[in-house]
Amino acid sequence: MHTVRRGLLAVAATTALIAAGCGTSDDDSSSSSDDQGSSGFEAPDLEPLSEVGEGEGELNVLAWPGYAEDGSTDPAVDWVTPFEDETGCDVNVKLFGTSDEAVNLMKTGEYDVVSASGDASLRLIAAGDVEPVNMDLIPNYADIWPFLKDQPWNTVDGVNYGPPHGWGANLLMWRTDVVRPAPTSWSVVFDEGSQYSGEVTAYDSPIYIADAALYLMNTQPDLGIENPYALDQEQLDAAVELLKQQRENVGEYWSDYLKEIQAFKSGNSVVGTTWQVIVNLAEADAPVKAILPAEGSTGWSDTWMVGSESENKNCAYMWLNHIVSPEANAAVAEWFGEAPANRKACELTDNADHCDIYHAGDEEYASQIHYWTTPIEQCLDGRTDVECTDYSEWTQAWTEIKG
Amino acid sequence: MTATTTEQTSADRGVTTAVRRRKRAAAAYLHRHPRLRLGGLLSAPFFWLGVAYLGALGALFIAAFWTTDTFTGEIIRSWTLDNFRTLLTEDVYRTITIRTIWVAALVTVVDAVIAFPMAYYMAKVASPRTQKLLVVAILMPLWASYLVKAYAWRIMFSEGGAVDWAFNPLGFGSPGYGLTATVITLGYMWLPFMILPIYAGLERLPNSLMEASSDLGARPFRTFRTVVLPMAFPAVVAGSIFTFSLTLGDYIAVRIVGGTNQLLGNVVYDNIGAANNLPFAAAMATVPVVIMLIYLSAVRRTGALENL
Repeated sequence: MHTVRRGLLAVAATTALIAAGCGTSDDDSSSSSDDQGSSGFEAPDLEPLSEVGEGEGELNVLAWPGYAEDGSTDPAVDWVTPFEDETGCDVNVKLFGTSDEAVNLMKTGEYDVVSASGDASLRLIAAGDVEPVNMDLIPNYADIWPFLKDQPWNTVDGVNYGPPHGWGANLLMWRTDVVRPAPTSWSVVFDEGSQYSGEVTAYDSPIYIADAALYLMNTQPDLGIENPYALDQEQLDAAVELLKQQRENVGEYWSDYLKEIQAFKSGNSVVGTTWQVIVNLAEADAPVKAILPAEGSTGWSDTWMVGSESENKNCAYMWLNHIVSPEANAAVAEWFGEAPANRKACELTDNADHCDIYHAGDEEYASQIHYWTTPIEQCLDGRTDVECTDYSEWTQAWTEIKG
Repeated sequence: MTATTTEQTSADRGVTTAVRRRKRAAAAYLHRHPRLRLGGLLSAPFFWLGVAYLGALGALFIAAFWTTDTFTGEIIRSWTLDNFRTLLTEDVYRTITIRTIWVAALVTVVDAVIAFPMAYYMAKVASPRTQKLLVVAILMPLWASYLVKAYAWRIMFSEGGAVDWAFNPLGFGSPGYGLTATVITLGYMWLPFMILPIYAGLERLPNSLMEASSDLGARPFRTFRTVVLPMAFPAVVAGSIFTFSLTLGDYIAVRIVGGTNQLLGNVVYDNIGAANNLPFAAAMATVPVVIMLIYLSAVRRTGALENL
């Protein structure tokens, strides 16, 4: 018994020692929030590459599903192999399902390039996980539509962090054999969701709260929501309330796009939010359709970024130039179902009307989509009289919604 | 084993002699100091237990007192009780904890009920040959990947899937994705961990006791209740520790077949994977540890641990 006690004491003492060692360090990380730049934070001082040299022979790509296809999903869909043949950089692709996942994976420092949406890009820049990109080294940058350049989600204090890749909207998908009449509004998954109780699906990420906020923006103007990513406490509570009601009807939440496809094929999910690429893949085996509902939608505008700890920066720049080239950009845009960023891509799509369908180059239309952005304390809609809820509050709220 | 014999036997081997002598000397030294010998032998496993295992638990516990910068996700290393305050004051975490305990308890009960007759048959009824075959059959599912099994259940529970097909004639279909599906899937996954300890326990139970019981006029059920069950109880408890703790930490099966439900593991996973709030995940991870400690001390009171 004595020895056991002594052992426990030793463990306790060691723990205390470790604790004392760990508790005090690293105060500078918290002080950075005091002196903020114009965009609400200060980006770490990192230097971009000054010239592109010989390729390193390897490239680790972190991408949304459908952004880096090597022919394994569909032999006809392949823009990775031509890149490998041309540059000699062997591409390893890792897919992610949510922006949060991307942010965490980039923290490992194991990825050279990442396709970051607006709700990830600023977080990556602020944490120093990505570095500025020298656009002079990316010849294809010249052909990108000007209204996508120098935007708050890809440029901080006049410094570019990567070339725009494409943009699009989150869609509403349904099974045409079950959901009748064809829905035209998000109300089918919110207020009228009880018709399809247990078969509604929703995106499993705190950012989905913005979808509810967008719906409230249209149905409850009294709340005064201007921007679904700038919610004060009261507005957030209303969105949470709506999502809790919705949960009664939700069969399951998805973040794994393969799970979503399977659920729609088997009929476990019949209506819910989706991406065009999922529609393309599910269409073959199930009667599904998707639209951009009347209220508009949340969406994404993506940027390719370079990891600051990357050891393959030459290959990374070659990839950046390749992925926004007219050929690759057209192929991605058509496969994933989004508007390409490169204007020359519009001449190369298989469907000649692709750019018209997705309103590529239509600045007016693009401004109506509410691109994923990380909610922060300073209200993004410009209000200064209230404090907005930040992403950690959204995360906590999301746990609460799921119950 | 003196130095002189060492010299004689290796006299013709030249250079190696010195090395050998040193080895012998070390061996002799260790022989004279049993405590040192024991220490040398145990230091590696103790290092593993102490640093890799308890050290990791300690680090986890410490991390639970930190916070993160909500925007960049960097960890701020200053002491705060915020994580535990949130954990205790927000209803949702209590709901999730209770749900998790329920699922773990149900899985344990389901497994115990299914495993006992199987283990009994294996230990007391089957021929030695069948016995071996059955052990192999029970271990077999452990060779398949966890994910393959979980996704197989997902497809079986889907609309028009195998479960639907099997139960439709009886008037009810698949329960769909939810807690029922989770309990069934986990019950299937952990069944071998329940059968094997019970089987081992029953095998040690002398047949003569059961014979004596029936000689004295006890009916089979009475024999089972008053002889077999009390003696096999520690084995059931051993199995329950496995099934209970494995369920407590699981988050994959519930993501695949659990519908909208989340368990403790999911909260930990989401806080690492989505929110990047490692400290809160650490605070949450202490909950199953505490539950297991309570469970183990309750088990200890029954005296089951002494009989293992």
